[in-house]
Amino acid sequence: MTSPSATSRLAFGDAGDAPSRAFSFPHRHLLGIEGLSPDDISGLLDVSDSYVELNRRPDKKLSLLRGRTQINLFFENSTRTRTSFELAGKRLSADVINMTVGSSSIKKGETLIDTAMTLNAMHPDVLVVRHAESGAVALLSQKVTCAVINAGDGSHEHPTQALLDALTIRRRKGKLAGLTVAICGDILHSRVARSNIQLLNTMGARVRVIAPPTLLPVAVDRLGVEVHHDMREALKDCDIVMMLRLQTERMHGSFVPSVREYFRFYGLDEEKLAVAKPDALIMHPGPMNRGVEIDTELADDINRSVIREQVEMGVAVRMACLEVLTKSSASEGQTS
Amino acid sequence: MSDGRKTAYVNARIVDPATGFDGKGELLTAADQILDMGAKLFDGAIPDDTDVIDCGGNCLAPGLIDMRVFVGEPGQEHKDTFASASQAAAAGGITTIVTMPDTEPVVDDIALVQYVARRARETASVNVLPMGAATKGMKGAEMTEIGMMMETGAVGFTDGRRAIANPRVMMRLLSYATSFDALVMQKPEEPSLAEDGCMNRGEIATRLGLVGIPTIAETIMIERDVRLVEATGGRCHMSQISCRDSLEAIRRAKELGLKITCGASPENFGLNETAIDNYRTFFKTSPPLRSEDDRQAIVEGIADGTIDVIVSNHDPQDQESKRLPFAQAAYGAAGLETLLPIALEMYHNERLPLINLLAKLTSEPARLLKLDSGRLAPGAPANLILFDPDRPWKIEAEKLHSKSKNSPFDARPVQGRVMRTIVRGETVFTDSN
Repeated sequence: MTSPSATSRLAFGDAGDAPSRAFSFPHRHLLGIEGLSPDDISGLLDVSDSYVELNRRPDKKLSLLRGRTQINLFFENSTRTRTSFELAGKRLSADVINMTVGSSSIKKGETLIDTAMTLNAMHPDVLVVRHAESGAVALLSQKVTCAVINAGDGSHEHPTQALLDALTIRRRKGKLAGLTVAICGDILHSRVARSNIQLLNTMGARVRVIAPPTLLPVAVDRLGVEVHHDMREALKDCDIVMMLRLQTERMHGSFVPSVREYFRFYGLDEEKLAVAKPDALIMHPGPMNRGVEIDTELADDINRSVIREQVEMGVAVRMACLEVLTKSSASEGQTS
Repeated sequence: MSDGRKTAYVNARIVDPATGFDGKGELLTAADQILDMGAKLFDGAIPDDTDVIDCGGNCLAPGLIDMRVFVGEPGQEHKDTFASASQAAAAGGITTIVTMPDTEPVVDDIALVQYVARRARETASVNVLPMGAATKGMKGAEMTEIGMMMETGAVGFTDGRRAIANPRVMMRLLSYATSFDALVMQKPEEPSLAEDGCMNRGEIATRLGLVGIPTIAETIMIERDVRLVEATGGRCHMSQISCRDSLEAIRRAKELGLKITCGASPENFGLNETAIDNYRTFFKTSPPLRSEDDRQAIVEGIADGTIDVIVSNHDPQDQESKRLPFAQAAYGAAGLETLLPIALEMYHNERLPLINLLAKLTSEPARLLKLDSGRLAPGAPANLILFDPDRPWKIEAEKLHSKSKNSPFDARPVQGRVMRTIVRGETVFTDSN
């Protein structure tokens, strides 16, 4: 987990070559970080590292997934994640289809399972699924014969986001173990927080969560985190400050009195950040609400904010996930 | 009617919670009534004109009375009908089902009470007693014609799956109901605190990213209604309680001598929230499965008498209603056939004697509903079950008689099997195994 292993630092030869690797991912789907071992995670990050290098070259195309079909099935609107998965698939030469299924067409009668079975009949190799309900992607995965990647399910998990965050941290800090990571904001509604807590704990980082009590899920301390309500206390000596978006679209009723009160106490600004380590990194899964959870100048501070780097790492991580999942389904055959 | 065909039940262990009788005995019925019951009724000499049923030493008890049953009829007949639900009930040893008004249309006036009674007479093999809606359309605003529905046969008033949330409406209802001594059954769950929730609020909901229903949503409604009962003198039954705090609220109300009673269902004493792991929607019930501590509290409440009755909370759901993401899936579990064996687990675990357990399924619901059944007294209807409390078997959802197979107890090994169910003197179920 310290530095990428030699095998993953494979230099890509001529475009189109498939890299050979020692790592094999022992799961059929990627439904969450929960259930992954430290080796699974470091293996994925090592593979991702090699794609970061590839993505910086003028010719970014590999033929690894030529002939394979990837369907991005989004039941919830997304531009960033969907584009990232689409680029990842295309850079590996997969045939990529995007399907955005509005919640209205679901209400017309076709159920999630009907949709899954219909798509499955078209023999895709990998389904990338986002859904507004927790557990929906796992349910769908039980009904299909291809690999499924969870691109976010309700308030449950968003594993590729946690992996890209981990890759960003590991490349900057050289490690994950022993770091102190503060996750701030709307923990209650956040799948990013749940996946990050799982991943960082698995890899030996210390995790703090900071939010007003109304935005913290009950028993969150049972997930192995320190719980704080005061930013100045919580950010003290942190290596990483991860800000979360206030997910007003998931909020029914008032969880905080106003945006300006929220920013006053939980928004990240210079003053609050001052207690963190001088080289602390600022992260945000996007899209940002500038002036709500993060001061606009901090967000753009190229010395401390790695927000744009996270987006770059996203493509690499998703390429890695596509690679390892299609490889395992090829080697094991299509089992149900 | 008592001069009809006579039947003698001999060689039985008779368990009659109403009189506290538990021992070897014999019982005589004539047509649809019980004539007599005693340790040595016939003294070896059974009259010639009498059919004899040898009980083989098994338990003979009053048929079970289930105070909370959702039937799909009218409106959702694909989930269950009076015919299919009563077959399931008979197989589970239940001779009387009390049906909830949550149908399409809602049972909120005398014509619908009569409709249920007529459909049940024509198609059901067990006794069907309807509860009427407490408010028109179960909308929680205007009272229904409680007095007239009672005259027509409604045995209680409830808004079924919905709480009567408005305190003013509940206060008037309890107050008005006193003139008929009508039973108001509350579904104790404060809607504003339970909103959007789909399972118990706690660590597991947090891990699964699901919105939780806190136990306080239940307890706060009970504590409010305790006050309203105190103020009005009404008679209020909490359909089911699911947690320790609610149990304590009920206990305190009973110590004050208030007319508050409550029930519990097998989900809440036979399962806890860990069963939901991996979003298994068959475990989505209302009230939700709670923590292990809460489950134990429900068992304690049943053992110490704080909980008056045990109900199946039978709520059939088809596959389509359950094969959905957890938050979108329907609440409910098919429960008629599994009620007795799951309840018997508490007897086998030595939490309470068999006769006390059976009281919560027979004489206690009869007392709350003012029925003449639920006991083995002369003149009572011949609603009986013969069962072996020890016989081991495994629940298989596919073999359930209900049209819906959504049992959370599928594949569970249990003890206690109904061998024969008798409704008004007629055998409506015999175990074929």
